[in-house]
Amino acid sequence: MTKEKWQPRPSLPSPNFGTGVVGWSRKNLFSTPWNSLLTLLGVAILAISIPPFIQWAILQANWLGDSREVCDAAAAKGSAGACWVFINVRKDVFLYGFYPELERWRVNYTFLLLAFSLLPLLLPNWFKRLQNQFALGIAAILCAFIIFGVKAAVFTGAYLFLPIIMARLVVQNIGGLGNGNGRFNTLLRLGLTVAVGLVAYYFVFALVDPNGALPIAMAVAVIALFLLFMGKLDIAIWRWIFLFTVFPVVAFFMLSGDVFGLPLVETHYWGGLFLSLVVSGTGLGTALPIGILLALGRRSELPVIRVVCVTFIEFIRGVPLVSVLFLASVMFPLFLPDNFSIDKLLRALVGIAFFYAAYMAEVIRGGLQAIPKGQYEAAEALGWTYWKMMGLIILPQTLRVVIPGLSNNFLSLLKDTTLVAVIGLLDLLGIAKAAMADTEWLGFTKEAYIFAGIVFWILCFAMSRYFVYLEKKYHMNYQ
Amino acid sequence: MKTIKSLMAASVVAAICLSGTAFANTLEEVKAKGYVNSGVSGKVAGFSAPDAKGHWTGLDVDFTRAVASAIFDDPNKARFTPVAFKEAFTALQSGEIDMLTRNTTWTFQRDAKLGLEFVGTIFYDGQGFMVRKDLGVKSALELDGASVCTQAGTTTELNLSDYFRSKGMTYKPVVYESADEATVIYESGRCDVYTTDTSGLAARRTTLKATEDHMILPEVISKEPLGPAVRQGDQQWSDIVRWTLFALINAEELGITSENVDEMLKSSNPAVKRLLGVDVDFGQHLGLTSDWAYRIIKHMGNYGEMYERNVGVNTVLGLERGVNALWTEGGLIYAPPVR
Amino acid sequence: MYEQKSTLLNDARVRGWIAQALVLIILLGLSCYGIYNVGQNLQKSGITTGFGFLSEPSGFDISQTLIPYSSKSSYLDALKVGVLNTLLVSVFGIIASTMLGFFLGVIRLSPNWLVAKMAGAYTEMIRNVPLLLQILFWYLAILAPLPGPKAALNFQDVIFLCNRGMQIPKPIWGPGCEVVLASLIVAVLVSIGLIIWAGKRQRMTGKRFPAFWVSLILVVSVPFTVLAVTGFPVGWDVPALRGFNFRGGVTILPELIALWLSLTLYSATFIGEYVRAGIMAVDKGQREAAQALGYRPWLMYRMVIIPQAMRVVTPPLIGQHLTLIKNSSLAVVIGYPDLVHVFAGTALNQSGQAVEIICITIAVYLTISLVISAFMNWYNNKYALRGL
Repeated sequence: MTKEKWQPRPSLPSPNFGTGVVGWSRKNLFSTPWNSLLTLLGVAILAISIPPFIQWAILQANWLGDSREVCDAAAAKGSAGACWVFINVRKDVFLYGFYPELERWRVNYTFLLLAFSLLPLLLPNWFKRLQNQFALGIAAILCAFIIFGVKAAVFTGAYLFLPIIMARLVVQNIGGLGNGNGRFNTLLRLGLTVAVGLVAYYFVFALVDPNGALPIAMAVAVIALFLLFMGKLDIAIWRWIFLFTVFPVVAFFMLSGDVFGLPLVETHYWGGLFLSLVVSGTGLGTALPIGILLALGRRSELPVIRVVCVTFIEFIRGVPLVSVLFLASVMFPLFLPDNFSIDKLLRALVGIAFFYAAYMAEVIRGGLQAIPKGQYEAAEALGWTYWKMMGLIILPQTLRVVIPGLSNNFLSLLKDTTLVAVIGLLDLLGIAKAAMADTEWLGFTKEAYIFAGIVFWILCFAMSRYFVYLEKKYHMNYQ
Repeated sequence: MKTIKSLMAASVVAAICLSGTAFANTLEEVKAKGYVNSGVSGKVAGFSAPDAKGHWTGLDVDFTRAVASAIFDDPNKARFTPVAFKEAFTALQSGEIDMLTRNTTWTFQRDAKLGLEFVGTIFYDGQGFMVRKDLGVKSALELDGASVCTQAGTTTELNLSDYFRSKGMTYKPVVYESADEATVIYESGRCDVYTTDTSGLAARRTTLKATEDHMILPEVISKEPLGPAVRQGDQQWSDIVRWTLFALINAEELGITSENVDEMLKSSNPAVKRLLGVDVDFGQHLGLTSDWAYRIIKHMGNYGEMYERNVGVNTVLGLERGVNALWTEGGLIYAPPVR
Repeated sequence: MYEQKSTLLNDARVRGWIAQALVLIILLGLSCYGIYNVGQNLQKSGITTGFGFLSEPSGFDISQTLIPYSSKSSYLDALKVGVLNTLLVSVFGIIASTMLGFFLGVIRLSPNWLVAKMAGAYTEMIRNVPLLLQILFWYLAILAPLPGPKAALNFQDVIFLCNRGMQIPKPIWGPGCEVVLASLIVAVLVSIGLIIWAGKRQRMTGKRFPAFWVSLILVVSVPFTVLAVTGFPVGWDVPALRGFNFRGGVTILPELIALWLSLTLYSATFIGEYVRAGIMAVDKGQREAAQALGYRPWLMYRMVIIPQAMRVVTPPLIGQHLTLIKNSSLAVVIGYPDLVHVFAGTALNQSGQAVEIICITIAVYLTISLVISAFMNWYNNKYALRGL
């Protein structure tokens, strides 16, 4: 007798209202009557707002041409689209402001230099391998050569590789020179590094401009000397230090000229996106270090320093940036002796830097408080000095903890650079406003604002995403 | 004090632009740095505005070039810093600029209280009103209850208030930081009236989308003598700027133009000889060379030439000489003699 | 390696004092030098210092004045007008942005996928664009489609909307209106007492009393009854088109609308994020417990989640309100007569007293921010969770 073996029937496909599109929408869009209502409302809002905008901004828009006749003709035919020709025609002004046309390559070159020196720092994981860094350096030199020529290529090479060479000199003790006495050893290394740095920079600068090289090379060498007191640091830190010390000097001379045979371009010719980036770049670069100092000052045990820092921070945090900028542009010159005046752009930059330094100080103070006390005690037990303890133990941890707060401040700083338009500097928004007053092109305010808005949105969104990446990367948990 | 200054200077020299001027002797400072730095409004067609290539043009600009010509024999040794109205006075006081040619009205307070010294009038102006034609208004006296667009912090704002008050009319002020914004907003229909100096109205009207739809009302409600200003306390410098203006006017009166100035050197007219420094050296009293006025006229022409080049009937502004004609032709333009 | 030298310089305390003395000397030196320069510069330019100018007539008019003001009024009055205008737009902005912010925060956590995503997209879109740009955009976007006063949008001949702003009727209080006002105050006081009593009773006995609705009815109905009894001593000044513009009534300036709208929309995105963070910080167990007790979602939010989230939300919320007040100074670009526009702008130019005016402006903002900070400290001390 054979007993039929029980065979399960093949399982049915799941009911189509539980999975798939239908199931998903039942679950996420129409779970309750209230939710269904919300969904319908949302769809309605989207339907009202999106299609007309796309129609205006893309489908019926005018993209090509070189005069407003194109747009006027289209408008006469009844298509009420955006006139992107307006932006297209003025894109150079939007990018560079009134920076002289012949000199605009300097702006491009400065930003190329910045991009290539920032990349390995922003994406340390990608550039961990030395080969990748070298590849990047070579790419930069090639780029500079193709776009700007031989001199720029040489300069780029020197700029990108000197930090590495100098770091190597310091770290590897140059072939065991100097023995026994530690202090003598240090001095010897210092001397040699400075000498090599000086000579190297001198030759590079001499190649670019035989006349004006010496003072610059000296300046850079002095900075290098200063940096050497930082001791044995790895290449990444050297890069950071270079970015904050050497790059600003190079960028300043590059952009404003009057050396290396570059014609002088005064700051009131600077404008457009380029000025926005200069303002935000310097703001980001200077506000954080000042903020760290202020935060340390506020937690200092020295009463005078604490009071000074607290007063400063609370004062700044209580007033709007507009009034700080007015203070810098209208009132500050009165505080200077009569034969002394400081560039208006610089005054605005200082105003922004100090304003945001106060906010960053508060964020960093929060971070300092979050570091477990044991960390301080351990450092003190080792007999470390205050600055060594802060620099090597506390601050690195603090900065990791406060990334979200810093990200907020950085973003507001980036957005608030538009306020310099209020005191008459022609940043991207200022240029957009100036462009609207152009006789030839009246009536395209929406296009100008939307364009400026999109540019800022891209910058801010990219930055916020980068900070999210950093936050994940350096996530620390003290619980 | 000196060490502090030099220390401050040294510490910032690597990163910042320095431009030094002293109250004590502006001429020496100007010569040392090699250019005259003038504060301009930067956005008023016909007076000071950069063209598409960034080259400055306008009456105020040409006047600065005339000063540069007198000092350096080179009109290109003039630089222009656009200053917002708000900062104009402090910029001059702090030495950021050497002179202010920002079509600024010469008023008592600015002269006596704010530390400015006006050297003369380069353009006689007066405040007027611009309206849309379809409002059907023919006179400013019909403007009761109107919304009026204007620029913040100017004499315009005060005159406006005085005028409506004295005529027993009301109005609604709509005030913006810059004239550009005020114009854009006027055009949007936010205001019935736009008010500023009549020369400015003429300039602004040309920039409107439909120029014919707007008209300038006949009333002129104020006196606006526009003139260059320097800071108080440097007599030599204010003399240089003042007599540059007078040299331009005298040159027109004497019929000296940029074209005939070389022939005029041989003129027998003693007034011409004195102005051009043929036998006499008046320039030394200003700290300049004897041919200071020759340089001005050679490079920049006389007052009339500058006027016609920048704001005259053949320009976009299309302004008749009117009150800005020479006194000999029934206008107000008058200069003391060079004697 | 080296002998430990115990010189004075190696003593941390001595070094601290030297550092402090140095800082103090440098600061004092710099400020003395700066003040000396100000004195010199002002003297050279012949500017009289001091606050005497505040009582001089200002000579200019202002488009929106909450107190009586004309060009004959003093600079001090101009200052008051500016401060009140700043406070006006700030208060309305704070109220609206808080409401919209809570809505955004809650809805971003909604189980409804579409709505949550839309709230997220809105947040990312708005908060990554500079506020200044948004103010300018809204100003022009509001002005552009609105008709002129002659073709104004007409709501029942009482409210008008045109590019000169929104015109609404103004109440004119006749004799006897003091009674109405008094009754309103009494009603408000009674309502406050009622809410306190209801809270106490609920804590003691667990019984709920619909205090909110009862007090709402009280506050609305009592003054109305009194109004009816006294025979409506209120007249209305209805706006009407005469000449170029509307006369009478109250004008809400388009500048105010644009500034309020952009401040609200911008600030709400930040508040929304704080609220979201606050709600997410509430322990999951609380939510589950509320659900287990059968609370409906609305009640769960109102009774369980929001009160606990508020502890986390309030400090950044108040910080955001402070930011909004400071951001209202951007009014200057669209000509809304706030403190910075009227006082640090027009008054500064007309009087030339840059130092005094900037100082006063900064002092006003500092006062506002100190008052708000004091409130926040009080709140934190009272409501922050302790001992956790």
